Amino acid sequence: MIFDWRFTLEITPMLLRAFLVTVEATLVGMAIALVAGLVWAILRRSRRRLLTGAASTLIEFVRSTPLLIQIYFIFFVLPEFGLQFAPLTTGFIALGLHYSAYTAEVYRAGIEGVPKGQWEAAVALNMGRYRMWRSVILPQALPPAIPALGNYLVAMFKDTPMLAAITVMELLQTAKLIGAQSFRYLEPLTMTGVLFLLVSLLSSQFIRRLELRFAVRP
Amino acid sequence: MDTLELMKNLLPGLKITLVITLSSALLAFVAAFAAGLARLSKVRLLRALALVYIDFFRGTSALVQLFWAYFALPLLGIELNAMTVGIVVLGLNIGAYGAEVVRGAVQAVPRNQWDAAAALNFTHATAMRRIILPQALVAMLPPFGNLLIELLKSTALVSLITLSDLTFEAQVLRASTLRSAEIFIIVLVIYFLIAQALNQGVKMIEKRFTLGRDYGVIE
Repeated sequence: MIFDWRFTLEITPMLLRAFLVTVEATLVGMAIALVAGLVWAILRRSRRRLLTGAASTLIEFVRSTPLLIQIYFIFFVLPEFGLQFAPLTTGFIALGLHYSAYTAEVYRAGIEGVPKGQWEAAVALNMGRYRMWRSVILPQALPPAIPALGNYLVAMFKDTPMLAAITVMELLQTAKLIGAQSFRYLEPLTMTGVLFLLVSLLSSQFIRRLELRFAVRP
Repeated sequence: MDTLELMKNLLPGLKITLVITLSSALLAFVAAFAAGLARLSKVRLLRALALVYIDFFRGTSALVQLFWAYFALPLLGIELNAMTVGIVVLGLNIGAYGAEVVRGAVQAVPRNQWDAAAALNFTHATAMRRIILPQALVAMLPPFGNLLIELLKSTALVSLITLSDLTFEAQVLRASTLRSAEIFIIVLVIYFLIAQALNQGVKMIEKRFTLGRDYGVIE
C-alpha cells in the first residue's frame, strides 16, 4: 500500500480543524500551569513549614507519576466526589496541573536568582509581602524564566495527544477516527506526525530567539 | 474484593511496565551515546543523520510515534508486535533527548583535557574513551536520572496500543469493579514508588562514579 496523496488532501481540512482543538488545549493548559505554578513556587517560600512541605510533596508526586493516569484520575475518580467535567475541560485541568509542577520549579530558580539584597531592601522600605512580590521580586524573577517556560509549552503541546484517551477530538483522536472509518491509518497518522514536527521545530527556533533576548545579563 | 486483592490483580501489569522501562532504558542509553557522539563527529553525514534522528523524535509526540509505528507501519509492510513497538519507540524517543545530554556533557569537558591527551600522544578514540567520557559521564548522570523518570511515565502510553501494562490493567480493573478511586490511587502510588527507587538507584551510581574524585568533576 502506497501513500495516497488525494486521500491526504481530502482529510487535511478535518485534521486542521482538530489541530485547533490541540492548540486550544495547549494554550488553556499553559495558562493554568503558569498561574498554578507561580502559586506553588510562592507557597514553597512561605514561612510555614507545613505549607512548604505540602507544596514540595505535591510537586514531587505530580512530577513522578504519568500524566495519562492523572488524566484518568480527574476523568473517572473526581465524578465520584461530585466533580464532573467535560472531556476537554478535564484535559485543560490535567495538562495545567501536571505542568504546573514543572513551571513551579522554573519559577523557583528565577526567584532564587534574585539577589538577597533585593529582599532586604524591600523589607527596609517597609513594603508589605504583596508589594514586595509584585514590585520587587517577580519583575526580576520572571524574565529569566521565560525561555524555560517556553520549553514546557512545547512539551505540553506534544503531550496533548494523550487527551485522545478520554475521547477529546484533538488531532490524534481525529486521525484515529479517520483511520477506523477508511481503513487507512498511514495518511492521517503521518499527517499528524508532520503537523507536530512542523510546529515543534518552528517553536524551538522561536524559543532559541527568546533565550537570546532574555539571557541573564552579567 | 479487598484492596490487597486489587493490588494482586495489578501485579502482571506492573511486571510489564518494569520490563518495558528497563528494556527501553537500555536502548535509550545506547541510542543516546551513538547519536550524541555522532553529533560531534567530524564526518558531516554522521552529524546530519544524528540531527535528523534527534529532531524527528523530539519534534513529534511520543504517543503519535507509538500509534504510527503500531498502526501505520504495518501498512508499509513492517509488522511488529505491541511489545516491540513500545520498547523500540520509547527507547528511541528518550534516546533522542539523551543524545543532547551526551553532546552537552562532552562539550562541557574543558578543552585543555583534549590538549593534554594529545600531548600524551593519545589517539582521538583513546582520549575520548579514557579521558573525556569518564569526566563527561559524571555530568550526564543527573539529567539521565530525570530522563529515566520521564521514560517510566511515558510507559503508561503503551496501554493505548493494547499492551497490558500497569495502566492498562488499572483500566480493565476499573471497568470490572468500578472502584476508580482506590485503583487509581494505588497505581499512582506504585508509579511514584518506582520513580523514587529509580532516583535512588541513579544517586547510588552517581556516588560510585564521583568516589574519591576531588578534581575533574563538572559542576
